[in-house]
Amino acid sequence: MNLRMAWRKSVNAVMFSLTALCALVSVSVLLFILGYLVWHGGKSLNWAFFTQLPKPVGETGGGMANAIVGSGKLLLLAALVGVPIGFMAGVYLSEFGGSTMAFLVRYTTDLLNGVPSIVMGIFAYTMVVLPLKHFSALAGGLALGVMMIPIAVRSTEEFLRAVPQTLREGAMALGASKWKAVATVVVPAAARGILTGIILDLARVAGETAPLLFTAFNNRFWSSGWNQPTASLPVMIYTYAVAPYDDWHRQAWAAGLVLLGLVLLANVGARLLLPKKAFAPRG
Amino acid sequence: MADSTWMGAYRRAGPRTRLRAFLVRLRGGDEIAHLITLLFGSTILLITFLLVYELWRNSALSRHKFGWDFLFTRTWDPVFENFGALPFVFGTTVTSAVGLLIAVPLGVGAAIFLAEMAPARISDGLTFLIELLAAVPSVIYGLLGIFVLVPILRTTVMPLLKHALGSLPFFQGPIYGVSLLAAGVVLAIMIIPFIISISREVLLAVPQDQREAALAVGATKWEATWKVVVPYARAGIMGSVFLALARALGETMAVTMVIGNDPKISASLFAPGYSIAAVIANEFTEATSDLYVSALIELGLVLFLLTIILNALARLLILATTRRGTAHA
Repeated sequence: MNLRMAWRKSVNAVMFSLTALCALVSVSVLLFILGYLVWHGGKSLNWAFFTQLPKPVGETGGGMANAIVGSGKLLLLAALVGVPIGFMAGVYLSEFGGSTMAFLVRYTTDLLNGVPSIVMGIFAYTMVVLPLKHFSALAGGLALGVMMIPIAVRSTEEFLRAVPQTLREGAMALGASKWKAVATVVVPAAARGILTGIILDLARVAGETAPLLFTAFNNRFWSSGWNQPTASLPVMIYTYAVAPYDDWHRQAWAAGLVLLGLVLLANVGARLLLPKKAFAPRG
Repeated sequence: MADSTWMGAYRRAGPRTRLRAFLVRLRGGDEIAHLITLLFGSTILLITFLLVYELWRNSALSRHKFGWDFLFTRTWDPVFENFGALPFVFGTTVTSAVGLLIAVPLGVGAAIFLAEMAPARISDGLTFLIELLAAVPSVIYGLLGIFVLVPILRTTVMPLLKHALGSLPFFQGPIYGVSLLAAGVVLAIMIIPFIISISREVLLAVPQDQREAALAVGATKWEATWKVVVPYARAGIMGSVFLALARALGETMAVTMVIGNDPKISASLFAPGYSIAAVIANEFTEATSDLYVSALIELGLVLFLLTIILNALARLLILATTRRGTAHA
């Protein structure tokens, strides 16, 4: 009997240590990624990276200034598409919904969230690139913007739902109509959370590469306007990483460090911005 | 009666009063706000409909030419315009399976640790780090895959595997580094965070009295966890696995960068392969003929349908467990 108890206790200890090991391995992957990128990327990161254009093939040096600006342009377009639709639909679901239509919108939003990013690229290609007959920032922005919608909807809805019912009742008791209560009381009360959700959402699409490959395409020069092929950091990382030049690999590491730094900064920042007891919506 | 109502007065009133009445309604305009937000909500329906419609319409050429054979044909020959999806379906399936094989035990194990064993503060801290891992862009995983993982696999892991298990057909043939195995490992690393964070939540939703009852009849903590808590959360954990699988199937960049991009079907995991998402990413801009583009878009349609079905299943499973858990608590 004693022996059996000892056996069970040792199984207990061994299995739990194993699960702890699993957790440790998973977390150390992050630390490894960070460490490796900082070490490799840091070596190749310099001022020129932020200020210069890519050098012609074969020459070393140069930077990715156009890709950084390009990523900014694409994100701006994405926000213009994704934030209004996502926010308003979130308001609808939380404040005005409740019928079959709300169920339908919620269900489709989930569906849209599961669409692989490369398929989103095909969608933007057929919607924008085919009619206009050339790659453009507009197409890339549309792809990223549509990808933003589901999470913007979900986070807006959840943060609005977290606003206490008493606030709504208080506003209406003072004579505000429903939409006025929503616009002046409920949304401001949830503003911080909603903003956090949008930042996380932007950070997520900022790293997307696949939907840009055949929408925004790439460009080794400044792209003038919104209707031209546009470089972006993720696509640059991909192109440089699979190319056979050492100097390009070096720059891919630098770009990787910059991109990962921005994404992680947004994530940590959003977490700090979030009020206590709140939650971070996930994809 | 009808004429003494507001509507009656409205009908009889002149244009000035009518305008004012309209403005009042506009100012109190709940209905208008409702309609406007509804309009944005229905935009989502419209976009989703358009997405499906565009995929369907633009793949028509290929669907008509190849029919269902498309899914079962091994050739992918852009020169003679003979397109079959089988090598890509194979690559996607195998890499996802390898990814799950590695990620599920690790992820569920870590989730058990975080939910059942670790003190709340450590658990929250580690979970935050793991969720950061989920935010790392896939192209970064690909970058590390090319320059770190593939060399390690080529020089150490693959020779070891070949030495130890070389009699199995999965571990034979020449070693290039870029391979189905490399893609599977990268996928595993990428989906572990999803499995951990969802499984942990599902485990945390298991009511406390289940654990207490098990402990009260003399179970050790592990026995209570493994024989009571985990079975209780089984459907939800399955859901997290399905969700991870859907992600693995659709993952593009990291896989494209390490899979070797060779449309062949071979039993060995050491051989290079190709996945659905990777072929779309690589060949879309090079596709010159309409049929070629159409075939690639049909691949996109296949991928879309696969992930949609998996996602729906996953959500049902997760919903089933978390509902049950909170209802009992």
